[in-house]
Amino acid sequence: MSEQQLFKVTIDNITVEVPAGTTILQAARQVGGDVAPPAMCYYTPLEGSGGKCRTCLVEVSKGSEKDPRPMPKLVASCRTTVMDGMEVKNITSPRVKDARAGVVEFLLLNHPLDCPVCDQAGECHLQDLGYQHGSDGTRYEFKRRTFSKHNLGNYIQLHMTRCILCYRCVFTADQVTGKRVHGVLDRGDHAEIATYIEKSLDNDFIGNVIDVCPVGALTDKTFRFKNRVWFTKPVDAHCNCTKCSGKVTLWQRGNEVLRVTARKDEWGEIKKTDDGKTGWICNECRFERKNINDWIIEGPTKVSRQSVISANHYETIDKPQDTLVEVMGGRQPKMLMDIHAISDVNQPGVKLSELPGPATGKTFNKNNQQ
Amino acid sequence: MEMGVKMQLTNKSKQVDRKPMTFLESLYLWNIAKGMMITLKHFFRKKPTIQYPEQERPFSKVFRGLHILNRDEEGRERCTACGLCAVACPAEAITMEAAERENGEEHLYREEKYAAKYEINMLRCIFCGYCEEACPKDAIYLSQTFAPANYGRTGFIYKKGDLLIPNPVEDPEGYKKALGDKATK
Repeated sequence: MSEQQLFKVTIDNITVEVPAGTTILQAARQVGGDVAPPAMCYYTPLEGSGGKCRTCLVEVSKGSEKDPRPMPKLVASCRTTVMDGMEVKNITSPRVKDARAGVVEFLLLNHPLDCPVCDQAGECHLQDLGYQHGSDGTRYEFKRRTFSKHNLGNYIQLHMTRCILCYRCVFTADQVTGKRVHGVLDRGDHAEIATYIEKSLDNDFIGNVIDVCPVGALTDKTFRFKNRVWFTKPVDAHCNCTKCSGKVTLWQRGNEVLRVTARKDEWGEIKKTDDGKTGWICNECRFERKNINDWIIEGPTKVSRQSVISANHYETIDKPQDTLVEVMGGRQPKMLMDIHAISDVNQPGVKLSELPGPATGKTFNKNNQQ
Repeated sequence: MEMGVKMQLTNKSKQVDRKPMTFLESLYLWNIAKGMMITLKHFFRKKPTIQYPEQERPFSKVFRGLHILNRDEEGRERCTACGLCAVACPAEAITMEAAERENGEEHLYREEKYAAKYEINMLRCIFCGYCEEACPKDAIYLSQTFAPANYGRTGFIYKKGDLLIPNPVEDPEGYKKALGDKATK
């Protein structure tokens, strides 16, 4: 049989045809929009991921054409493959909605509400999930699980308190770097992501754990506290890198490159490059190329209109020509106030992108500038 | 409707009298006296104006005036530079620079991140109060005073020093005064 077998599956009353072996989650993503269940631990490029967070639970109201009995319990759509004639209910099922609200409440039991401090805010999947499916309060009355923050080397900051134990970073270290020195220690409530002995993560591709982390547990130290994500403008850029594809997204403020990440698709997963290569980027591209001249800019990154990152986001990078001088016959307009002369914010002398870590109070003092 | 008859929306319109004035009418004596009576009547009315710098009107409790950056009861700055006020601001008046709290600064800032620089451009601000609504940390409030006049534009760029509430530990009186009517706790 040369032709691949296609299964008909109906998700929220929308029928799609997918090849055999596809998971319900991937089939739902083909439909797109609200029909696709959220996923906190499943990550398509990582083999073996999924099945842990339970946010992608769906109801299977008809098992298949041959065996039309419904599945008794809600199933994790990221790990359940479709059958021919299967009928799945996601947002049309009150059971699913109820279960998901419960899962979100569980995920938020120990998760701190420090979104105003967290660098992931604005692109955090748990934040989105909480808004869409969570309730407005917690019923948890006990002390929250806390950890002190760890430095995993010079580039990666671990906030274990924020971790939801999705194991994505563990899979990334195994599959992308090939050498894993961190993992989940202990069991149950004590489980934590850690290096066994205080060890730094220094593999060439280990920076990708920052991209796969659905919450703010693993963050980029070179971007730490420098700006909020929604004030930076994402542009697609590339460079000639010997280690990786070199195709990245730059997060700029003015002409400064504050952060470099891999390109992500609408599901927040690493995008493959156009020629089908893997999109993981190396540490050098991610942490060390913070000069705009290192990169060839392709254009603004497409950001979903629903995202806060799209606030004040332009579709092109070409500045419109200022016609004022031309209209005034070559004369420069008289400036009544130069904002840089009075403002302490965004001073031309302060280069945030050149700092290896977060800014401190000294950084912005005019007297202390080098 | 017949042709020639003007359509009227109401019955209030009056036909203007265009007869030439009589001699008595052209002296305007009666009309002047009528006008003066109206003027005289206002002498005995309650004055709507006040003597501003000496006298001040009370503001309503929901008045949205000059911003104030709040501190907690220990006098630490509440703002963590989360940027929600700036993204909520329709006039783009708020800008800030975030910094990490260092060891030994715990008595100054409440959280591990703080606003090293915080500026509101009062020339841009429209006093809508969205920043107050957006703030998750109780850090920014609109007080019951308004921005004083200034000769130059540069005076309207309010920095953190201009916006911060007096320290409740070091200057409890100033703190209480700054809280104004809004002090509920």
